[in-house]
Amino acid sequence: MAYSEKVIDHYQNPKNVGTLDKSSKNVGTGLVGAPECGDVMRLQIQVDDATGMITDAKFKTFGCGSAIASSSLATEWLKGKSIDEALTVDNMDFVEELNLPPVKIHCSVLAEDAIKAAINDYRVKNGKEAIKFEESVVH
Amino acid sequence: MLKLPIYLDNNATTPMDPRVLEAMTPYFLEHFGNAASRNHPFGWEAEEAVDYAREQVAKLVGADPKEIIFTSGATEADNLAIKGVYEMYASKGNHIITATTEHKAVLDTCKHIEKTGGEVTYLQVKRDGLIDLQELEAAIKPTTILIAIMYANNEIGTVQPVKEISAIAKKHGVLFFTDGVQAVGKIPVDVIKDGIDLMAFTAHKMYGPKGIGALYVRRKNPRVKVTAQIDGGGHERGMRSGTLNVPGIVGFGKACELCRLELEGDTKRISILRDKLETELMKLEEAYINGSTEHRLPHVTNISFKHVEGEGLLMGFNKNIALSSGSACTSASLEPSYVLKALGLGDDLAHSSLRFGLGRFTTEEQIDYTIKSISDTVLKLREMSPLWEMYKEGIDLNSIEWAAH
Repeated sequence: MAYSEKVIDHYQNPKNVGTLDKSSKNVGTGLVGAPECGDVMRLQIQVDDATGMITDAKFKTFGCGSAIASSSLATEWLKGKSIDEALTVDNMDFVEELNLPPVKIHCSVLAEDAIKAAINDYRVKNGKEAIKFEESVVH
Repeated sequence: MLKLPIYLDNNATTPMDPRVLEAMTPYFLEHFGNAASRNHPFGWEAEEAVDYAREQVAKLVGADPKEIIFTSGATEADNLAIKGVYEMYASKGNHIITATTEHKAVLDTCKHIEKTGGEVTYLQVKRDGLIDLQELEAAIKPTTILIAIMYANNEIGTVQPVKEISAIAKKHGVLFFTDGVQAVGKIPVDVIKDGIDLMAFTAHKMYGPKGIGALYVRRKNPRVKVTAQIDGGGHERGMRSGTLNVPGIVGFGKACELCRLELEGDTKRISILRDKLETELMKLEEAYINGSTEHRLPHVTNISFKHVEGEGLLMGFNKNIALSSGSACTSASLEPSYVLKALGLGDDLAHSSLRFGLGRFTTEEQIDYTIKSISDTVLKLREMSPLWEMYKEGIDLNSIEWAAH
């Protein structure tokens, strides 16, 4: 299967690989997927408490090229966005941007889930209620 | 100068040996006759060429030329053996014994048999990929007509104890069929010494052309018969009708001849390269060889690199190195290799595996390049892997409640 140029570029030069201090109060961590399924994404956001803006984002991903590219792209999109804006990121945005084929749609769903999980982790840490999201339909 | 890409997927198919192509060429243009045309030189030439090729094919596996039935490939030969025996020996019984790590051409044929009223026992394999001989013997019942166990596995290269299996089959009066696709031409296979009753094999795994294979059907002690699955002109002693693929057969014959003459030297050279590749890659942390290293084809190794995903790993070098992965991230099912899972490997290790199949044209330079390229990619992806980070922090990955999706 041929990957799109954008997927290859993210795979070869992934943006924002790394780890933020998950014990820090202004860091939200989302860990989604499972080793058995061949995909695990960990997405972390650092939020400025005063402005509610995401000031940094890091990822580490175990998975195929599309999963790595989706999470790399997610960190790029999240930086500089407000939490509310981040919540509007949809899995289809990844599909379109990265030109993912149908068999790779689950990678985009995973990236969306990771964003939501990271935001919820940040909310819970800061005494807010976790947002209930609709279950993803893929898988 | 190293030429890229490097081909290390010889279990999938092998490149043709130029000497094979050379032998075939005249049979497309000058000697195009139908081997069944008995009345003119065109037919005689074709028939003569087929006879010679049949001898070469038979000689490689220690058979009599009359025992070789040409087919379109090993999948057809697998079908003919299993369905053919099932139908021919219906009055004797309807039970077949096979193993979970067989090729799909065997497993799916057995599933078909089950749908038509047959009974199939699928033996589990041990951690090293070998079947348990006691379990095999215990599975035999009065209705058992066939044991179908492959000679060597296509994913991990494990070589089954064929002589012991055939002895058990003989003791109980059951026929023994083996899918010899990966073994024939790579290691010495002898249908008499090995006690094989039926064997499928194919040209394109031994530097011959695609589209031509054979089924060995024993003629003496016992005389084995199979019901034809393709009816027509009664070619191949009535077991497989259809005009013979003369150029393909000539190529198959030449490929067998070359394997017979060069097997020993090839095996020695290739196994040294395989061992070098394996030794160097095993220097990486958390790398595991899948399947038996003792009973194994000399040109195959299957290695899991824990905490990196196989398809992601392949992407790091698959422009330059052709390999297979046990991960099935491309398929809708997301299920990793059933062979690796049958060994008892966790999904995580099965998803992290690479299959290397070296061949006659593999060079040391290619192996050195491969070692470097794969080692670099594994290290790079581990830096990106959350599982690797957790492992390094001493977190037990099994203790985590994964959000299964």
